[in-house]
Amino acid sequence: MTTQDVRSHAIDMSSVFNGQQDTSAEQNESCIKVENLNLFYGEKQALYNVSMDMPKKRVTAYIGPSGCGKSTLLRCINRMNDLVDSVRIEGKILLDDENIYDKSVNVAALRRRVGMVFQKPNPFPKSIFENVAYGLRIQGINDKRTLEETVERSLRGAALWDEMKDRLNDNALGMSGGQQQRLVIARAIAIEPEVLLLDEPASALDPISTLKIEELINELKEKYTIVIVTHNMQQAARVSDYTAFMYMGELIEMGKTKDLFTNPVKKQTEDYITGRYG
Amino acid sequence: MDNSKIGHHISEKFNKELEDIRNKVLTMGGLVEQQIDQAVKAFTVNDEELAEYVIKQDDQIDALEMMIDQECMQILALRQPAAFDLRLLITVIKIINELERVGDLAERIAKNALQVSSAAGKNDAYYELQHIAELVKEMLHDALDAFARMDIDGVTTIMAQDDYVDREYASIIRQLITHMMEDPRNITRSLDILWTARALERIGDHACNIVAHIIYMVKGEDVRHITQAELELKFNKRIGDDHSSDALAKSTV
Repeated sequence: MTTQDVRSHAIDMSSVFNGQQDTSAEQNESCIKVENLNLFYGEKQALYNVSMDMPKKRVTAYIGPSGCGKSTLLRCINRMNDLVDSVRIEGKILLDDENIYDKSVNVAALRRRVGMVFQKPNPFPKSIFENVAYGLRIQGINDKRTLEETVERSLRGAALWDEMKDRLNDNALGMSGGQQQRLVIARAIAIEPEVLLLDEPASALDPISTLKIEELINELKEKYTIVIVTHNMQQAARVSDYTAFMYMGELIEMGKTKDLFTNPVKKQTEDYITGRYG
Repeated sequence: MDNSKIGHHISEKFNKELEDIRNKVLTMGGLVEQQIDQAVKAFTVNDEELAEYVIKQDDQIDALEMMIDQECMQILALRQPAAFDLRLLITVIKIINELERVGDLAERIAKNALQVSSAAGKNDAYYELQHIAELVKEMLHDALDAFARMDIDGVTTIMAQDDYVDREYASIIRQLITHMMEDPRNITRSLDILWTARALERIGDHACNIVAHIIYMVKGEDVRHITQAELELKFNKRIGDDHSSDALAKSTV
């Protein structure tokens, strides 16, 4: 690079300021809309009138102390709470403007659109290949070419292909925890959902595996809308575009992550993220 | 001292660390104030001994700056602070930078004092600068006070005071030009005063910067590089609101 090149770079201020504007004028097309959601476990109310918008192809993180309802809310998005007895839900969740709690909704079809990954990796006691292909097989797709292509694409998508391409027939239970978690993500994206729900996806992993998952989340948001529950506030700060702070079943504050972590509006949020007792 | 803004962390040790940093900033501020005071005194009454002392003391300000910087960096690395805590540390890093430069200006005045006293007759005192010196000392003092209280009640007056300082500076220049035109033999003395006046005027600017940093710390709003009028507009709209309820409470008592 000549001196002239360096100078021309140095005075190219327009690119500096353009970058800043791009982030401020973000697209805000909403993907999931929660409207006045109340949830009761029997007599006990766990969510109080929660309303929020989660934008498309962005990462939204839920933070809050244990028992604040963040996992419950996450599980509402693919109706996992239906599996719990005595649950009663009021209000709406709109996925692409369609209420997922409408009677006409096919729950299995909904869960194909909204994939989920849990705290502990839960691969099936099968080969790596079969784990990823599972979603297609239960849909009745058994064409070898299609399966192979999907497995490769999904493993690449979950940043596992290079590590695993020669071990596709090994049992998935022989993988490390971090690899298993990425395998589960590969399994989730194999059926091409629109939304990925991640419930503490890195809490059982070592720091390096955690960083890999976080990096993966960053790549996945180009294709999917991601909602993540995490106890690790720094993780929420690192991976998410929007953060929602919940406390005792209520949504206290939701905003852009960079605003929420530098200048939260509500005192409760401030106390929580700075480690104070309220 | 009220420490509600930095206390109440679950980690008692974190409370102590922040408290410690705040105290060190206040110590540094106190030292810088003392430096200005003594440098101006050394200049006005030609006290060489005092000027030497001020120059020596500047090392302590530099050492404090580095120490506080280091501690802020450690907390940032080890505790990953957020929200007010984060703004506090960033603000401290900026404030101590301003204070260090004020310290350098005080040192500059002290060096001027040495130069002046070797040139002038011992009884040739420089009282022209006393008023502007009082003004900027007060500004810095009030700014540090606001930092200690961690609230921004009435800080706009500090920034407004900078206008007086600028006017005072302009009037000193006019006065000096007159002196110089009257008699060229006054030029050396006039230039010495001019440099010192300039240093004092800069101290006022640094005090204003400190206030802007404190506003950011308390409100999370960047108010640098805006006019006094814009600032007051913001204050009347936003910050004023916070205290209107206080005012109301007081008026009903």
